[in-house]
Amino acid sequence: MIPSATQSSSGVRRVLRFLLAEMRPKGPLMTPFNMISIPVILLGIGILTVRFIYGLGSVTNLSQSYPWGLWIGFDVVTGVAFAGGAYVLTFAVYVMGVEKYHPIVRATVLNGLLAYVFYAGALVLDLGRPWNVINPIIGNSFGYNSVLFQVAWSFLLYMLAEALEFSPAVAEWLGLKRLRNFLRSLTLGAVIIGVTLSTLHQAGLGALFLMAKPKIHPLWYTEFIPVLFTVSSIYAGLSMLIVEGSISHRVFSDQLDASKHHQHNEILLGLGKGVAITMFAYYFFKVLLFLHDRQWHLLASGWGAWYLVEVLGCVLVPCVMFISAVRTRSLGLLRVAAVWALVGILLNRLNISVIAFNWQLPVRYYPSWQEIIVTLTVAFTEIWVFRWIVVRMPVMREPHELPHAAPSVVRATV
Amino acid sequence: MDRRSFLKFSAATGMALATSEAQATEPAQPEEFVGVLVDTTRCIGCRSCERACSVANNLPVPDVEKDGALAQVRDTSDHQWTVVNRFETSKGEVFVKKQCLHCWQPACGAACLTNAMYKTRTGPVIWRPGKCMGCRFCMVSCPFDVPKFEYSGWNPKIQKCSMCAERLEQGKKPACVEACPTDALMFSSKRQLMEVARVRIYNHPERYVHKIYGEYEVGGTGWLYLSAVPFEEIGFRTDLGTTPYPEYTRNFLYGVPLGLFGLPALLVGLSLLAQNDKSRLEGSES
Repeated sequence: MIPSATQSSSGVRRVLRFLLAEMRPKGPLMTPFNMISIPVILLGIGILTVRFIYGLGSVTNLSQSYPWGLWIGFDVVTGVAFAGGAYVLTFAVYVMGVEKYHPIVRATVLNGLLAYVFYAGALVLDLGRPWNVINPIIGNSFGYNSVLFQVAWSFLLYMLAEALEFSPAVAEWLGLKRLRNFLRSLTLGAVIIGVTLSTLHQAGLGALFLMAKPKIHPLWYTEFIPVLFTVSSIYAGLSMLIVEGSISHRVFSDQLDASKHHQHNEILLGLGKGVAITMFAYYFFKVLLFLHDRQWHLLASGWGAWYLVEVLGCVLVPCVMFISAVRTRSLGLLRVAAVWALVGILLNRLNISVIAFNWQLPVRYYPSWQEIIVTLTVAFTEIWVFRWIVVRMPVMREPHELPHAAPSVVRATV
Repeated sequence: MDRRSFLKFSAATGMALATSEAQATEPAQPEEFVGVLVDTTRCIGCRSCERACSVANNLPVPDVEKDGALAQVRDTSDHQWTVVNRFETSKGEVFVKKQCLHCWQPACGAACLTNAMYKTRTGPVIWRPGKCMGCRFCMVSCPFDVPKFEYSGWNPKIQKCSMCAERLEQGKKPACVEACPTDALMFSSKRQLMEVARVRIYNHPERYVHKIYGEYEVGGTGWLYLSAVPFEEIGFRTDLGTTPYPEYTRNFLYGVPLGLFGLPALLVGLSLLAQNDKSRLEGSES
């Protein structure tokens, strides 16, 4: 009894000392990214302080006609679509057993988790009465009849599922082998719950706008918004994986060995294939809805042109680019197509939540510079945390295992 | 059983037996939603209702004699729950009072994830500060753009007409109705208001357009309007449809439980289907 107790207390002390050591910065501080992001984050914190004292109107351009602006339209609605890569990839790897993508699954899950914590978390910045944010969780009251109730709960549970999916990496970092093995055994369950919740809340984000029927331009309003949001979140997430993968591949290349560099190109092309197919399905669905609703007459206006920019210019064009990139195995084209596709998603989400919202009113909403700075603050902070974790925990680098753990060897031979 | 109570009921299926027993012992109370009939042909634009509303609800009281507010068409705001607007119409000038219409199935209430926006049993749609988190989804959802948000201050409120729900509980009428000098406003149950409205149209078919705004709009509203001119001319949207707005999210919400149980089953199935090698499962790792 006593020896084991002292052993564990010294173990705790060792872990604490280790954590303390890990808190120190591990890279150069004067990088271009740091030089830009630090002042922006500090400014953002200042703006948020003003916002929480003097109210949303003191820093945003929100109005009675535009209750939701950049913080919801971009941070939450678009950010969550961009973070869709995690549920698609974990589905492929853990449910369907596609081992090809295993090397990027940890980075993807971490990205997904942080995106939800920060982007969905940005919702709290936008709440007028944020101290009541726990009300739908503690039952004051349960608004079962609300789409947002479903979205809020599934955000929360999904973050837990993703944390569980990522937890083995934390255990490895701390050198807790038995805990790691236990957490790893929960992964498939967490993935199944995570994929379910993701599908539901990606659709739910679209369903938020179903009651705004008289306010959203008919070219964008359809009762199938939830389906469109879900389908487009698949290719948005995968495109984001291509962009993020390309960037972090370069930035963290010291974490990867030679075989991984070779694998990486194959992975990107594989993702591109997935995007091309999903995008085409999405485009097909859009055309079908357009024809079904007989909306030709709506095209002859500024809104019609804007709609074509989104659907032809930012869905069909990048879709064709993806097909061509995959066929010619051109990684450069693939990356351009991925960025383009993300611009298309951004346009679509902003059109529904902000731009084509209350399109009949004479007043328009443009984000204030403070709203933009806060949005950048959220993004930069997320990147800081991501970098902090990647540098310390086994996210990109092999082996995922502790020195004497065997399963990966077994798997590699299979 | 309406949609809201159905959802509540289905969410609490575990307690279904207990609640149905409790309901059985309660005496049946016939309750009717109340509302107000606004006869725009009687309104003289004195704005007594605006003043009475502000006094009754502790809002800044407008100087209705001197502020010249009728010169332009106004909207309600975060410090004014009701406004009277003047319209030049084909039949001369018409004054129209604007406030929350207290829908029978309010979109704001269906949108609210904490039930802070709440349709009381007697009809008023009220806002409950202890529950609201200020997400403003009610504002996005309301087809009439009624809820207004205080964008200044650390502790903002949603501001909208409550039909003076507290006064109603004391057996009084809404403050605006009590203040109206020309009986342009009439407070009663919707059933009775509909009868009165129809009688007025029947007795004076030349004075009114033969439509009662709010009878069917967005599934029916607590406040009803009579007009001498088509409602488009006096600032009403007539393209909102007759479907109660919560209906637009019904299919999605019904789909949620299906997804919540169906998808994991499907995923487990797919996972087993893809498992051609047992060692992969054992070796599956994060």
